Amino acid sequence: MDLALAPETLARWQFGITTVYHFLFVPLTISLAALTAGLQTAWVRTGKEKYLRATKFWGKLFLINIAMGVVTGIVQEFQFGMNWSDYSRFVGDIFGAPLAFEALIAFFFESTFIGLWIFGWDKLPKKIHLACIWMVSIGTILSAYFILAANSWMQHPVGYRINEDRGQGARAELTDFWAVLTQNTALTQFFHTMTAAFLVGGAFMVGISAFHLMRKRHVPVMRTSLRLGLITLIIAGLGTAISGDMLGKVMFKQQPMKMAAAEALWDGEAPAPFSIFAIGDVDKGHNEVAVEIPGILSYLANGDFHSYVPGINDVNKAEQEKYGPGDYRPNIPVAYWGFRWMIGFGMASLALGVLGLWLTRKKFLIAPGLRTGEDEVPNLVLFKNKALSPKLGRWYWIVALWTMLFPLIANSWGWIFTEMGRQPWVVYGVMKTSSAVSPGVSQGEVLTSMIVFTTLYAILAVIEVKLLVKYVKAGPPELTENDLNPPTRIGGDTRDPDRPMAFSY
Amino acid sequence: MELHDVWFVLIAVLWTGYFFLEGFDFGVGILTKLLARNRAEKRVLINTIGPVWDGNEVWLLTAGGATFAAFPEWYATLFSGFYLPLLIILVCLIIRGVAFEYRAKRPEENWQRNWEQAIFWTSLIPAILWGVAFGNIVRGVKIDRNMEYVGTFWDLLNPYAILGGLVTLTLFTFHGTVFVALKTVGDIRVRARTLALRLGLVTAVLAVAFLLWTQVDSGDGWSLAAMLIAAVSLVGAIGAIKAGREGWSFALSGVTIAAAVAMLFLALFPNVMPSSLDPAWSLTVTNASSSPYTLKIMTWCAAIATPLVLLYQGWTYWVFRKRIGTQHIADAH
Repeated sequence: MDLALAPETLARWQFGITTVYHFLFVPLTISLAALTAGLQTAWVRTGKEKYLRATKFWGKLFLINIAMGVVTGIVQEFQFGMNWSDYSRFVGDIFGAPLAFEALIAFFFESTFIGLWIFGWDKLPKKIHLACIWMVSIGTILSAYFILAANSWMQHPVGYRINEDRGQGARAELTDFWAVLTQNTALTQFFHTMTAAFLVGGAFMVGISAFHLMRKRHVPVMRTSLRLGLITLIIAGLGTAISGDMLGKVMFKQQPMKMAAAEALWDGEAPAPFSIFAIGDVDKGHNEVAVEIPGILSYLANGDFHSYVPGINDVNKAEQEKYGPGDYRPNIPVAYWGFRWMIGFGMASLALGVLGLWLTRKKFLIAPGLRTGEDEVPNLVLFKNKALSPKLGRWYWIVALWTMLFPLIANSWGWIFTEMGRQPWVVYGVMKTSSAVSPGVSQGEVLTSMIVFTTLYAILAVIEVKLLVKYVKAGPPELTENDLNPPTRIGGDTRDPDRPMAFSY
Repeated sequence: MELHDVWFVLIAVLWTGYFFLEGFDFGVGILTKLLARNRAEKRVLINTIGPVWDGNEVWLLTAGGATFAAFPEWYATLFSGFYLPLLIILVCLIIRGVAFEYRAKRPEENWQRNWEQAIFWTSLIPAILWGVAFGNIVRGVKIDRNMEYVGTFWDLLNPYAILGGLVTLTLFTFHGTVFVALKTVGDIRVRARTLALRLGLVTAVLAVAFLLWTQVDSGDGWSLAAMLIAAVSLVGAIGAIKAGREGWSFALSGVTIAAAVAMLFLALFPNVMPSSLDPAWSLTVTNASSSPYTLKIMTWCAAIATPLVLLYQGWTYWVFRKRIGTQHIADAH
């Protein structure tokens, strides 16, 4: 069979396409839920209208986005059974449990309270309505935790045994669920994925606020949003860097191959250098061109500038001895460049955030003449007495707008790196990807579903982006009488039985 | 009763919850063509399920996740075996979810009409396919000694399963019509009652035929009892809507769905997916289930989470208990 169309290859492509696509919506959903909840909390506590308008504006974008996250998530729940039935049979005893927990605890939470939030503006008292968006936020975070615990088990299986004597083929069985939920791989992955999610939300808020501030529109709402976005971006950016370092150290121990591939480090070295740029020859197992900083990789791996880090060829040999003959190397260029795109795009957005917060600072080291009020577009103040020229200022807003895509690129490459870096294993050291596919599903079936999903997703992407752009451009809505006078009892006002609903589909 | 039996019951409960809740959702989607006379009425229909359809759909995801966790072999055989029908269902559910959320987000008439078309078709098709799927599960399909489905897509379209599909289609539409009668005011409510009567009779004929066929093929005393409950409550639901008792009618159509699902699962037990090639190759609650340890953890989770879910989902229905009519739908978007 033509290798390019082998069911395994097709199933992997399909999983990659549907999962990376799904994960374009996930981090924005997680972060925007919490940020919207934060803005609504500010409205409930201060009564300032700009917070309510901000809540409605970001809330609308959040809803357009989460709709896509929800529907593309349905595929994820069933795709294991469809394309990876041997995987499902072998690991279902372990892997199924966090998925079921996710559905029972997180999905019900999210989906029920989001209905209450969308339609509840004129049905629920202010504080209960606020509690609903917080419930949604908690739901998204719990969901991420359970699915990351499941993924971490694939990265580093713990708390299980292989049961050989069932009379129907061996399988992995759970022996310690607590270990699966609390192993350091799961906790650091959760920390890293959460902070990366808020990087996406922060950059999104900054970008869209910049779009409006550049045009001097909706200034009070966008000024507040810009500040919230910048602070989120910086905290999340630092968190992503710290958690990324932690996760890297975990991975150096648990999957040395992935990290050696990330650095295109062919042969072990002490001290090992950090690679800036490399062109390698995979067949010969060495780099043709390499630009490196000595010692840094040793530090990243072990916190010591002189320590030994094993290379691709060393780990490959060790795994051959342990698991039998075969090639245990992942796709090295993808791992190497994926790792770099992840860090590069992630840190670039952090840098933009730091620059933005400095330029738009309120009082610190600013000449009084350059300070601005709450309803003015902030001056972009570089030095104490000097603001950026209008031309340069405009460039900052434009760069800020486009940078909102950076964390999304970083997130995607992060997943591509960690999943492809684990190959040829689907469960590291336990099951190979080649033995995980559905034996009964034909090439034609997988190809059909791949084409169907890819086409459908592409069409939906166009629709979604157009809708987002429309609502971004429309800006925050004007408030109505009803918005400012929320009901005081559950179920809404009964005085006028024919009053139109505050929100309807 | 061992834990895998408990989980067999819990999976049945999850499917019951799904068909009860998304059943009327699908019905409402179908009614946008069957009952609504104008765009305003279409919007009334869509808004009766607006705040709840998403939560209703999660019952399916939970049924899927719980099957994965409690019966991995069942999950693997079912979804790799029924590959193309499941693909169609997934595509429908994807488009349907987006349709509800995006339909009112633009004022253009074309935009809204397209999404309304989508809501109709993506409610209709899964409503049929779930019945076809369950018909095949109960009847048994070509499963080999390795628990792999070896039949084709066309094998799934046999008379018994297609009858099952027609039953779920009509039963969900009936259930949805009664729901609309219960949730709306004005002219549409009156027409929903009349339509429910007619749909009820068609449903009754099809459902009795299908359930009798099931009983003769693979039933026992228990499934007979469930069948009788389903039949009696369906007749009761029709009688209640005739008498104008919408609440009772809805409760009874819900009991019909629950009893019908119970009957199918009773006819299945102790199999979860019988093999039509050799009974020895059937997937059963024993050979398809997870280890006792996993089942124990899952049982704890379900025991704590399920009552909570019922509680807050029930509360949602109470918050949105008010009937709606065309006067409640604002023009603005």
